[in-house]
Amino acid sequence: MSTAAPPGTAGARAFVDTELIPHADAFDRDEAIPEWLLGSVAEHGWWGAVRTGSMVEFAALHEEIGRGCSSLRSLLTVHSMALYAVDRWGADALRERWLEPLTAGTALGAFCLTESAAGSDFTAVEASARPAPGGGWLLDGHKKWVTGGERAEVFLVFARTGRGVSAFLVEAGAPGVSRTPVRGLLGTRAALTAEVRFEGARLPAAALLGAEGMGTAIATGVLDIGRHSVAAGSTGIIAAALEGSVRHAAGRRQGGALLGEHQLIQRLITRMAVDLRAARALCRDAGALKDAGDPATLMATCAAKYFASTAAMRAATDAVQIHGAVGCSDGHPANRLFRDAKIMEIIEGSSQIQEILIAQHALTAAGAGRPRTPEGGAS
Amino acid sequence: MSDQTGRTIRDFVLSRFPGVELDDDVDIFTLGFVNSLFAMELVMFLEKEFGLRIPNEEMSLDNFRTVSAMSALVGRLRTPDAASVGEA
Repeated sequence: MSTAAPPGTAGARAFVDTELIPHADAFDRDEAIPEWLLGSVAEHGWWGAVRTGSMVEFAALHEEIGRGCSSLRSLLTVHSMALYAVDRWGADALRERWLEPLTAGTALGAFCLTESAAGSDFTAVEASARPAPGGGWLLDGHKKWVTGGERAEVFLVFARTGRGVSAFLVEAGAPGVSRTPVRGLLGTRAALTAEVRFEGARLPAAALLGAEGMGTAIATGVLDIGRHSVAAGSTGIIAAALEGSVRHAAGRRQGGALLGEHQLIQRLITRMAVDLRAARALCRDAGALKDAGDPATLMATCAAKYFASTAAMRAATDAVQIHGAVGCSDGHPANRLFRDAKIMEIIEGSSQIQEILIAQHALTAAGAGRPRTPEGGAS
Repeated sequence: MSDQTGRTIRDFVLSRFPGVELDDDVDIFTLGFVNSLFAMELVMFLEKEFGLRIPNEEMSLDNFRTVSAMSALVGRLRTPDAASVGEA
């Protein structure tokens, strides 16, 4: 059984092996992805993958990056969500200003939805925007746990307006916008997470994405992209857990035999190896449906995210188990994978939200039920 | 064309919610069908099935409330293409 990368990612695989994995634990310790790495990703053209290649390739790339460092992959996730929103729903002026720099990665984007009282139920957002005298908008709100928020040039922000929830692209440097780094998170510690405050931030009219009140639809669309990325990144965590576990089991002797010769260890490795294949297949399926414009991709992506993230948690747990005390140690990759994997079960729609959506879909497809969570189930 | 358009749309909705009685003028949002994922599925379905791109100004819930409204939306968005084909 091999952890060989998906087709078409040979360049990414070499980059991850030489530029990412050797430093990932230091990034985690320092709680920051360094600028040189952000620049390397730009040089490879990977920031724009959501609009420059197929979604099958997008997932393959995000799996590879996730194999090396979930914090960097998380930055790619939220950036891709912002870029996708600008490309899909931005007015001409907004596209002209931001599409090129976001695609090139000379400007980075982040996703501002979560608040103290609004997470999975994004219809509960309290941030608000009101028409400004003379045109444009005035934005107030406090967004929490914004991945990449410490570094991004633009924020994709969801706020209540007169016609419901609306989406805006907000420049981080605009007057009235401030951010505070968040330290000490359980996982994805290097993802430059921040709290972002908007206090009477004045936005131009073109900052509005789509039509006023279209925020729920836009959130659903970008969360689909985010889930696809998280599913792929989780698959990368499984690959990393498997690689590390196999290496350790092949080199350490216990009870007169190599760890890998113990059948109970073989069972753990088997689960990882099979989960890797299954998660990768689900991601490829969801990506192919996206590339075909097939609406079935939405549920396929929920399934991929649900499976891959829960399997990543299992794999990371078992990787720590196989490594024993050393895997529990500060600075060990298994320790980092374990903490990062937990985040994957929570972000872009928790496992419980996915269970609601997937079960509702199955029930209604059988004529046995109807959705009962009109909006909140999708975040 | 609109009869066929309506039938295609109705078949899609019924494929997702089998056994439901669906009149072309029934507001599907009042039947408990629509969560945000299904609304996005509708958008993707219309775009793929009819080769359209639904512009921002047409992304109003009212355009997706009924089979008739969606048929009318498809008809509106197809008109420019039909005109350009006719001129060619």
